[in-house]
Amino acid sequence: MTLPIMKYDVVIVGGGGAGLRAALQLSEAGVKTVVLSKVFPTRSHTAAAQGGISASLGNVEPDNWHWHMYDTVKGADWLGDQDAIEFMCAQAADAVVELEHFGMPFDRLENGKIYQRPFGGHMADFGKKPVRRACAVADRTGHAMLHALYQRNVKANTHFLVEWMALDLIKNDAGDIVGVTAMEMETGEIYIIHAKAVLFATGGAGRIYQYSTNAFINTGDGIGMAMRAGLPVEDIEFWQFHPTALAGTGILITEGVRGEGGYLLNANGERFMERYAPTAKDLASRDVVSRAMQIEINEGRGCGKDKDHVMIKLDHLGRDVIEQRLPGIREISLQFLGIDPVKEPIPIVPTCHYMMGGIPTNYKGEVIDGVDEKIVSGFYAAGECACTSVHGANRLGTNSLLDLVVFGKSAGNSVIDFVKTLPEARELPANAGEEALTRVTKLRNATSGEKIADVRRDMQVCMQQHASVFRTQKMLDEGVKRILEVQKRASNLYVADKSKVFNTAIVEALEFANTIEVAVATMIAARERTESRGAHAREDYPDRDDEKWMKHSLFYSNGNRLEYKAVHTTPLTVDYIQPAKRVY
Amino acid sequence: MSKRQVKVSIYRYNPEVDAKPYYKDYDIELDPLDTKLLNVLMKIKDLYDDSVSFRRSCREGVCGSDAININGRNGLACLTDISSIKGTIILRPIPGLPVIRDLVVDMTQFFNQYHSIKPYVIDDLPLPERERIQSPEDRAELNGVIECILCACCSTACPSFWWNPDKFLGPAALLHAYRFIADTRDQATNERLDELNDPYRLFRCHTIMNCADVCPKHLNPTRAIGKIREIMVKRAV
Ligand SMILES: Cc1cc2nc3c(=O)[nH]c(=O)nc-3n(C[C@H](O)[C@H](O)[C@H](O)COP(=O)(O)OP(=O)(O)OC[C@H]3O[C@@H](n4cnc5c(N)ncnc54)[C@H](O)[C@@H]3O)c2cc1C
Ligand code: SF4
Ligand code: SF4
Ligand code: FES
Repeated sequence: MTLPIMKYDVVIVGGGGAGLRAALQLSEAGVKTVVLSKVFPTRSHTAAAQGGISASLGNVEPDNWHWHMYDTVKGADWLGDQDAIEFMCAQAADAVVELEHFGMPFDRLENGKIYQRPFGGHMADFGKKPVRRACAVADRTGHAMLHALYQRNVKANTHFLVEWMALDLIKNDAGDIVGVTAMEMETGEIYIIHAKAVLFATGGAGRIYQYSTNAFINTGDGIGMAMRAGLPVEDIEFWQFHPTALAGTGILITEGVRGEGGYLLNANGERFMERYAPTAKDLASRDVVSRAMQIEINEGRGCGKDKDHVMIKLDHLGRDVIEQRLPGIREISLQFLGIDPVKEPIPIVPTCHYMMGGIPTNYKGEVIDGVDEKIVSGFYAAGECACTSVHGANRLGTNSLLDLVVFGKSAGNSVIDFVKTLPEARELPANAGEEALTRVTKLRNATSGEKIADVRRDMQVCMQQHASVFRTQKMLDEGVKRILEVQKRASNLYVADKSKVFNTAIVEALEFANTIEVAVATMIAARERTESRGAHAREDYPDRDDEKWMKHSLFYSNGNRLEYKAVHTTPLTVDYIQPAKRVY
Repeated sequence: MSKRQVKVSIYRYNPEVDAKPYYKDYDIELDPLDTKLLNVLMKIKDLYDDSVSFRRSCREGVCGSDAININGRNGLACLTDISSIKGTIILRPIPGLPVIRDLVVDMTQFFNQYHSIKPYVIDDLPLPERERIQSPEDRAELNGVIECILCACCSTACPSFWWNPDKFLGPAALLHAYRFIADTRDQATNERLDELNDPYRLFRCHTIMNCADVCPKHLNPTRAIGKIREIMVKRAV
């Protein structure tokens, strides 16, 4: 069967912050672009970002991008590429000002400038004392940013295909990327989208864990597609566990709560972060705070009848501050637990939040393959699905929204330059789309098999038990066995609904094929890394081992193989920031 | 602890196989953590019947995917407490928009209306190098407006929207019209008011307040519409 073909210069997959920023760049340059999204763009998970976007504007107190760069390198536990980190931090102020110019409704200071609040790991003077660097729209920063970017794209007449799900990359014999296969959800029809270049901005995959702050649509599709095309995923063993998600639901309570002066308490009413991070206290880096919380819980100082969570106290901030700066948090807490933070502390647990790893790219957004970083012609990635790598082993809060706009734009610019060099899209291979079609047909024809919900739950439980905040060799060895079992079952899914129109059961099955790839990659890459660095905390290897392990992992699903490549230690203009012990 | 039971009656329609819509009932056992309606819908899909179609994503009221008509009232499944509903839970698609399948409606009309108000800051002045200055008081005017998640609970609860979908803009689009009129950075207030000044686009609102009543984000489109009218009147004198 031949699939219908649509033709564009560029196809962007993903309408979140990264996809929309890239789209804007291309639309404004007049490049014939289409943006595919599984959901209406403003429903992307960027909408859930709460706390802020970082930039050393210095609106409240002196700050500069060198300090921001230092914090990011340190936060990343020296696994970040310093060329990319310099690029991002040096552009941050312009990027945020640009968002303001796009109409983003930032909160304001008395003098009318953009409001900034403290955040975890944001320090002045190379790590000396906390600084106010997070630019915020109350506790709804991502929502405001996503809507502003969407609105700007409406102005620029960007062309969207909404509720279209990309299924696979199309690669020609030379290894160039020449398009994607995609399904229109409303009709269930499958199309080939033929293009000069493909840009992925498909977001994260936090749904591999049982407890997650991520939306249901964060299923790692971009990673799955890239791996099926034979490309690697970088540093996938590094997952951020956010210290403060609402116990029982996984819904995020922004770090902005601590930025505004909230703090953590154990069952004894002790402000325990003072013991773990004497200087930054509750505003230490996320991995540090999550581990401290987990230790408190493991040692029996957790709260509640099961002693399985700790508390965050903010009532001392007063009703005014809470209503003005943290209204969303109050609403969430009331909605989901019936607790009013104006009066009582909120129960919280560390919860899977962010994927530091992703499709390897350089700071221009070009996807790169292998130890020698060969450019994959025609393929670009930005945002959470990409590993650029600015976040290294642990991302600083508010650096992701920044990553989206800085690298969304930079990838957009690279694509503009690239498409100019090609008069026509390169030819499609003869078998284009076959693999995707086979997968969908198999699901549509299956007469027996397992329920997605069962297999997915087993994956999530396995990841939670074997690869969360603390890890050991034994846990990971067993975890690999278990997750490979789950992977086998994942190829035998049964969907009872056989119809074509808006079949969300088929969509879930297709998503799961991607999610499980991410889970397997995570478990295997984590098993191999015998050190503790950033979010990857090994009880049996408690120290960072720069000699052996200051390197990026590259996981290939073909043969479940790992390779390792060097961390970039040459920034663009400044001196290399030498590794040091990470204390807060 | 004995398990709680609920009966859920869902509007079902799949154009491929159904000549006309019908309701299908599900008797569901709830777990202690199933507190919101979305938990129940997902449970039905996961365990009972995978063909039930609905949209969902964030499960925390920020993405606007899961607007549904719940026992006659529009709301978000993820923010609706099951315990707030007495008796059978009756779920229909939000009214006034074409049904694609089951609880999934075609929102094209709704988004077209949103797009038609030019939902972006128009400012032709040369931009400064840094951010434009806005006082906290001027910025505060946008609170209660920018939180909109485009869920369409309001517009599809508005009688004027049902009757004049092609002419009346509906509460959500009008709320956004106000958002840009109120933004001190926007320079196009006059053009915006001119475009709204027609017997239908704005003036079909009869202040019935359905919109403000159902908004899951507690926004008040009626108030915003009132403010636009006030500004128009002021401009006329
Ligand atoms: C609750 C929460 C709060 C956060 N708060 C902050 C914060 O305050 N500051 C900060 O810097 N970071 C924050 N983060 C992190 C940050 O929000 C995310 O990393 C970021 O928004 C990801 O953006 P993105 O554009 O990469 O992807 P997303 O916004 O997730 O968008 C992904 C897009 O890809 C599309 N897509 C995916 N797969 C397919 C497919 N197969 N076919 C078609 N389309 C597809 C989706 O439809 C969507 O449009 C937070 C994260 C969470 C979960
Ligand atoms: S107040 Fe106006 S916009 Fe709101 S429901 Fe009534 S008629 Fe519609
Ligand atoms: S105003 Fe409220 S009900 Fe209407 S679209 Fe916005 S959030 Fe939804
Ligand atoms: S699922 Fe996002 S608003 Fe309900």
